[in-house]
Amino acid sequence: MADTAVLAAQTPTVEGKARPGDAALTARLAALDLPQGGFTRAARADAAERLQAMGLPGARDEYWRYTDPAAFNAPKATALDIPARESTLFAEIDRLKLVFVDGRFDADASDDLAGEGLEISTLATADAGDHWAAAFYGKLETEGQTPVKRPFAVLNTLAAVDGVLIRVTGQVARPVHLIYRRADAAADVMVHHVVALEEGAELTLLETGALGARSNAVLEVDVAKGARFHHIASKRADDAKVGIGHIFARVGEAALFKSFSLAVNGEMMRNEGVIQILGDDAVAHIAAAALGDGSTGKFHHDDTVFITHAAERCESRQVFKKVLKHGANGIFQGKILVKPGAQRTDGYQISQGLLLDEGSQFLAKPELEIYADDVKCSHGSTTGALDETALFYLRSRGVPREQAIVLLVLSFLADALDEIEDDRLRDDILGRLDEWLTSRAAS
Amino acid sequence: MAAELEEIEVREGVDRETVETVQNMGSYKYGWDTEIEMEYAPKGVNEDIVRLISTKNNEPEWMTEWRLQAFRRWQTMTEPKWAMVNYPEIDFQDQYYYARPKSMEVKPKSLDEVDPKLLATYEKLGIPLKEQMILAGVEGAEDAPAEGRKVAVDAVFDSVSVGTTFKDELAKAGVIFCSISEAIREHPELVQKYLGSVVPQSDNFYATLNSAVFSDGSFVYIPPGVRCPMELSTYFRINAENTGQFERTLIIADKGSYVSYLEGCTAPKRDTAQLHAAVVEIVILEDAEVKYSTVQNWFPGDEDGKGGIYNFVTKRADCREARAKVMWTQVETGSAITWKYPSCILRGEESQGEFYSIAIANNMQQADTGTKMIHLGKNTRSRIVSKGISAGKAQNTYRGLVTMHPRATNSRNYTQCDSLLIGDQCGAHTVPYIEVKNTSSRVEHEATTSKVDDDQLFYCRARGMDEEEAVALVVNGFCREVLQALPMEFAMEAQSLVAISLEGSVG
Repeated sequence: MADTAVLAAQTPTVEGKARPGDAALTARLAALDLPQGGFTRAARADAAERLQAMGLPGARDEYWRYTDPAAFNAPKATALDIPARESTLFAEIDRLKLVFVDGRFDADASDDLAGEGLEISTLATADAGDHWAAAFYGKLETEGQTPVKRPFAVLNTLAAVDGVLIRVTGQVARPVHLIYRRADAAADVMVHHVVALEEGAELTLLETGALGARSNAVLEVDVAKGARFHHIASKRADDAKVGIGHIFARVGEAALFKSFSLAVNGEMMRNEGVIQILGDDAVAHIAAAALGDGSTGKFHHDDTVFITHAAERCESRQVFKKVLKHGANGIFQGKILVKPGAQRTDGYQISQGLLLDEGSQFLAKPELEIYADDVKCSHGSTTGALDETALFYLRSRGVPREQAIVLLVLSFLADALDEIEDDRLRDDILGRLDEWLTSRAAS
Repeated sequence: MAAELEEIEVREGVDRETVETVQNMGSYKYGWDTEIEMEYAPKGVNEDIVRLISTKNNEPEWMTEWRLQAFRRWQTMTEPKWAMVNYPEIDFQDQYYYARPKSMEVKPKSLDEVDPKLLATYEKLGIPLKEQMILAGVEGAEDAPAEGRKVAVDAVFDSVSVGTTFKDELAKAGVIFCSISEAIREHPELVQKYLGSVVPQSDNFYATLNSAVFSDGSFVYIPPGVRCPMELSTYFRINAENTGQFERTLIIADKGSYVSYLEGCTAPKRDTAQLHAAVVEIVILEDAEVKYSTVQNWFPGDEDGKGGIYNFVTKRADCREARAKVMWTQVETGSAITWKYPSCILRGEESQGEFYSIAIANNMQQADTGTKMIHLGKNTRSRIVSKGISAGKAQNTYRGLVTMHPRATNSRNYTQCDSLLIGDQCGAHTVPYIEVKNTSSRVEHEATTSKVDDDQLFYCRARGMDEEEAVALVVNGFCREVLQALPMEFAMEAQSLVAISLEGSVG
């Protein structure tokens, strides 16, 4: 087996010619402290090879047309001069808390790693000997590299330090909540989570907080036959400016996968969702709401989704909403691929940008690639300003302008929030959004 | 819009005719060739060939230089590979870049002097090069009102323009309609001013190649305030083997003018693929309007994907001044490979761009087509209606860009792309880019993909149609929005083409 460190140090070449991003890759790898790995060793070695072959993306890369990868390519994170803040989201809800500080599991701050129907370990401690997660770590990520390369996910498989490994065997009553805290102002964090839901199992996974000054997160989820997975992430990025996240999901027969993420501010954020629907009658929904206010720094938020239908009678739904203000950039790249034979697919995709002032922009590339004839696939994308008629209506009924805008923004986001099935979780997020919007309405 | 729609109304019951046409026709009725003595430039492309083409056209020095500049640029460029089309590597040196009928060595002064064989070719294609009132072969045309039925034709055969009809009548109105080679000689000031101003020499690989080696094409100038008294049309015919056709069309609509322009094309059935790389540039000044309609029916290759035309076309209209308007309508049924994105640059305030497209791909055809709407001016408007139909083992992609620049305030775009799949071996894809950089503009994009509705098929079958007829009828309904945007002569042809292209795709 090749040694990861040795492989990483090699100068990458294609047919002997240096590529434009090669120096960046060498510098990026040199700045990392690469773990040798236990059960992940083979996956890390493989990742090292794959990363050398694909290189880091450049600004001319089609998949990076709207987002400049420079901040993710840089060898080190830029230190933040703003204080870290604790998120209080979901504080009222009974849940199993797992705390990560600068991307490392903090056992003292966390609940016991036990729960009915659950088997939890952490990557840093488990990565010595054999582990069930070896069947998943880096595997789903590798599958998600075709047809589009996602080098930062490969980098994560190669270099992730910690993360959580959750095996779900039954119905889990309490959600598992990953709470991220930042201590070091220049924390450059890489976490890699693996969640495997066995047949008929069910889990709700919550993620809140800021991982670090810069973060690179991978979540690999395997949803077996009849299992149900709910994922709700809130990236309150006021105090974590640069982040890239990948979700790689495999959805089995009659299984359900639902992911919702909320992003409020941040500087350079990219979330990639790669979902393979492999079993018949499965359902996969992915939704996100992003609110960007460019006045506190450059807001750039990119959602990139790739859903593959490889089975019959499956449903997929993508709902993406972005509210943009003060020179904020909202990006959506979404794709539905229907493979030959994936008959009776129902694929839906909507992306909408709400521009609250001049200078903000919404750039979208909603794609369909379809190789089966008995399908129903549609996508829609709209961009525009607040509806003046609706605003006028509210004001004529005595609602002050600021409040009317908050109401209209919340109603714009409603379709995305509706993707959260649990009322308590949804209401908690909605309340927080209302508060945040109201506090900023005057600006 | 409303006024135009009335003009080109499609008659009731025409769907029935379409169905009958399907039964009566072979799968590609233009697949024959004309035996005629040809004169070729040596195979391949280099500076000498570029000079030779320029010499053959009796071009002035500046034109030769312009071509050479393009050629030098082309040599540094690489073929674009981003489209969803697969084809074997093209050997650009294994093509003839110039082929003309021997009889055209001395350019005929009038249509009477043109080689009868050439005239017969166009006659057989249903495009008689006679100054007659109506286009023969267009069924139903005799019922239409006399006005607006005259069509002036510029016929391009391989590398040269064979003749242009109604030139004198057009000249009376001040309209210049001639081959581009003639325009370079006769109207150099117009050509120099506008050539390459919409599609620059270095725009893309194929456009640059075209700039170097284009042999002929059409030139149109409509003077200020003139409504062109008849439809103008160019008919392109590729006849020679192993020969690429590189034509260039330049249309200038001066302030307040109007013209409707039609383009048709066919090629014989050949076993080897042939290259076609055209450039169309349209300049539209204040308050002027241009309608550009294409029925692209190049030989699509046989059922196994052998032969056919590789169609790499750059078409762009520049609405340069206020309230300029352009409307692209295309029916793409032919070609083995289609790579074509007729675009609109909406520079003038309140300018408008429209794009209506039907792209049909059957058997092994691959089409990657769409449009770009580039909104630069205030209060600009655009509309895209694209209907893609895939059958057999074909791949059909809509690729489009809508961009609203920060200064293009209060602009609107509406895009609708629908795809229809017939059979489970084909693919339909949508790749739209939507870029909105100001608040007051509104952009809406919708796309759907579906199969031919079983209920509709059942209804037709229950009324005694066989399955192919029923599919043709449903497909015609699916395309109706676009067909209605076509001038009448084309609408008829297009409807029957829709049926022909899908023949054999059922079951």
